[in-house]
Amino acid sequence: MQSYDLAAGTLREMNAALQAQAGTTNETAWEILNPQGRHAIAVGLDAPLDVTVNGPTGYYCAGMNKHATVRISGNAGPGVAENMMSGTVIVDGDASQYAGATGRGGLLVIRGNASSRCGISMKGIDIVVGGNIGHMSAFMGQKGNLVVCGDAGDALGDSLYEARLFVRGTVKSLGADCVEKEMRPEHLAALETLLEAARMDADPASFRRYGSARRLYNFDIDNAGEY
Amino acid sequence: MCGIVGLFLKDPTLETRLGALMADMLVQMSERGPDSAGFAVYGAPGGSVRMTLRSESPAADFPLLDQALSQAIGAPVALTTRDTHAVLTLPAEALDAARAALPGLRPGLSVMSFGDAIEIYKEVGLPRDVASRFGLAAMTGTHGVGHTRMATESAVTTMGAHPFSTGPDQCLVHNGSLSNHNALRRDLVREGLAFETDNDSEVAAAYLTARMAEGANLGQALETGLTDLDGFYTFVVGTRDGFGVLRDPIACKPAVLAETDRYVAFGSEYRALAGLPGIEAAKVWEPEPATVYFWSR
Repeated sequence: MQSYDLAAGTLREMNAALQAQAGTTNETAWEILNPQGRHAIAVGLDAPLDVTVNGPTGYYCAGMNKHATVRISGNAGPGVAENMMSGTVIVDGDASQYAGATGRGGLLVIRGNASSRCGISMKGIDIVVGGNIGHMSAFMGQKGNLVVCGDAGDALGDSLYEARLFVRGTVKSLGADCVEKEMRPEHLAALETLLEAARMDADPASFRRYGSARRLYNFDIDNAGEY
Repeated sequence: MCGIVGLFLKDPTLETRLGALMADMLVQMSERGPDSAGFAVYGAPGGSVRMTLRSESPAADFPLLDQALSQAIGAPVALTTRDTHAVLTLPAEALDAARAALPGLRPGLSVMSFGDAIEIYKEVGLPRDVASRFGLAAMTGTHGVGHTRMATESAVTTMGAHPFSTGPDQCLVHNGSLSNHNALRRDLVREGLAFETDNDSEVAAAYLTARMAEGANLGQALETGLTDLDGFYTFVVGTRDGFGVLRDPIACKPAVLAETDRYVAFGSEYRALAGLPGIEAAKVWEPEPATVYFWSR
């Protein structure tokens, strides 16, 4: 395993080294030591690397990830795995605001809790949270799945497009145009696959599904007087 | 953007290290606020009252100020200067007379804080420079809050830097911006509060002072603030024996709390806390929106 100690080197040098790994490299395992909450660790990776960040991270860890697996052994700051394209990001602790924001693909696993705006504007990413999520999560979510093994905060799925939301615990409130939907066999199957991929021990049948009522898709002429 | 740090010690053996720990925390928040920095340090109350003063021309204002003030108020006054700031120590019953006499003796002075325990220091410049000008690393005390400022709502000046103190032993630091501060300031002026700046955060400080003057404790004052203060905020507030945290309901402005048997610490980001002793084993969490947290001894 290759190791990079952020207490001894610079963030820029570390990211450049990781980004320089071609898809053909056979030295894929990396370990980042002493992250100490620094920002933008292991961002913009585009090779199938296996990176473990040993400790808590600051803003935007593993942002724009493509192909790589990034594991954070600790808590993650705001915007972890933002705009992820593919690959896997695993947070062993809690994640701060807007985890997985605008993500287009890949899998984000948060073993602890995620705070507000988890999966905001998600566009195809799958997010599995072991604990609870904060308010305004999946706001304007367009595509992908958000799975929450604990509870969801206020205004879940506000102005949702076609992202699918699965919550096992309670939902404090649903956002505008977000409704509970029937859990059909294909949803149970998809949920089972996601829970398995995330290595979460939870029964798919214990979740409820939420989605868009699609009432905000078109202009309603009866509201013309409101403008 | 701004940076906030706070440290409330439970273990008295850490009190000699308060300033050193806070200085490191403050420097870690430099990118969040390179315009100016400031901090409040609470020492052990010792029966007398402290006033922290600030001068544009310390070489002219501070020499012999203790003697002049002592003569004017008929009470003993001790003076310690630190760069552009000075701390006067005097008997509690002489405080009102001292506040009345100072403008006549040295018209250029600003009062940064007064109380049994609080001292406030703030200046324009990088956090590292501000901390070293005042010798923060050598200061001792029971708790403190610090702020690094990136100005959005008012000018980059010493008086526009945080913390703001509007009542005895009270101070507030703020990350965010308030949208109803002008209306609130007018109300508070009618209630008898005085303002030094056009800054929105000073209004939040004065609002809490006014509520506490009516008998509310810090927790109750923060609770009513949720209704009356409109805008974005993460506040950290210091009082003589305590330390409180409040985030607005939207909670865009970042906040991390850490607690061990020895301390409670606040940082805008985890990296402000990364150097604290035993942080690896601390309980670390994000304060909930619209929820009042406070600790007191």
